[in-house]
Amino acid sequence: MNCIIIDDEHLARVIIKTLCDKIKFIKVVDEFSNAMDAIKFLNTNNIDLIFLDIHMPDFNGVDFIKTLKNPPKIILTTSDSNFATQAFEYDFIVDYLLKPIALPRFKKALLKAQSQRTGSNKTILDLEIKNDFYVNIDRRLVKINLESICIVEAKGDYIHIKTQEKNYVVHSTLKKIEEKLPESLFLKVHRSYIINITKIVDIEDNTVLINRDVIPVSRSKRPGLIKRLDLL
Amino acid sequence: MEKPNLKYIEKLAGGDNSLKNKLIDIVKSEFPVEKKAYYENLKNKDQKKTEESVHKIKHKISILGLEKSYKIANKFEHDLREFNFERVKDFDKILIAISHYLKTI
Repeated sequence: MNCIIIDDEHLARVIIKTLCDKIKFIKVVDEFSNAMDAIKFLNTNNIDLIFLDIHMPDFNGVDFIKTLKNPPKIILTTSDSNFATQAFEYDFIVDYLLKPIALPRFKKALLKAQSQRTGSNKTILDLEIKNDFYVNIDRRLVKINLESICIVEAKGDYIHIKTQEKNYVVHSTLKKIEEKLPESLFLKVHRSYIINITKIVDIEDNTVLINRDVIPVSRSKRPGLIKRLDLL
Repeated sequence: MEKPNLKYIEKLAGGDNSLKNKLIDIVKSEFPVEKKAYYENLKNKDQKKTEESVHKIKHKISILGLEKSYKIANKFEHDLREFNFERVKDFDKILIAISHYLKTI
């Protein structure tokens, strides 16, 4: 689920981004300190969900909602419970979250959003990012810690999983493992490669260095990769 | 007067010290700016902007675990909509407590 955050407060945006990083299936594609910039963005981008601060100077959340022609799902965020009633005036408003937002409440709101968007009945457990997963190697189920994975490479009918300590060869597809990996940590940079973005050493032209491995980056994937970096 | 704390920030950071420090740094850099803006708006008797300043600071108050102060700030914000400045002194105390605390972390 792609989302954007609209809040005039930097701290509030960082907090919501942090909460999103703890949840599977949600990816923050951009954040905005004012509603006008978000409107421009929405004119050319499709988004599944918006975290929208109601109380903003000049052009507030309610004004923003009125400009939307094809509104995505919206979760209102506010420091004022008096605004809560507005949460139920539009059917595309899924929930409202009172600041400071706690993770359990945040998860509930996301479950509602997911359920209304896709009709699925996911549970809170389905939303949590797992720390590890199991792969079948020579009839043994081997546990691999997700954060330790540096690179996943597709080779024919197999995938090679490189971690800090060991390499594993598993009979599976890149698509299957991509679904298991949290979007906050991993990015597919090439049709045959998924990388852990926290393990990047450097990026040069159309390659990325992970430990001592030089990984190709597709031309179409490069903008997405650059966007994920914390550039000065 | 209740004391500010980092419980919310620590819980959110979940043991990630760099994230914890990042959040603290944002609070420490934004709070003085918001406090200054509040006093300027108050001095100019700009009710609307003072209310906006209180609203922004209110979020910091809640993040720093000041539950009673949050209620006071909330009432003050609502009072300001009716041009009622009676809670200025109570709000001052909250700002002083946060300013002192931020110097210790």
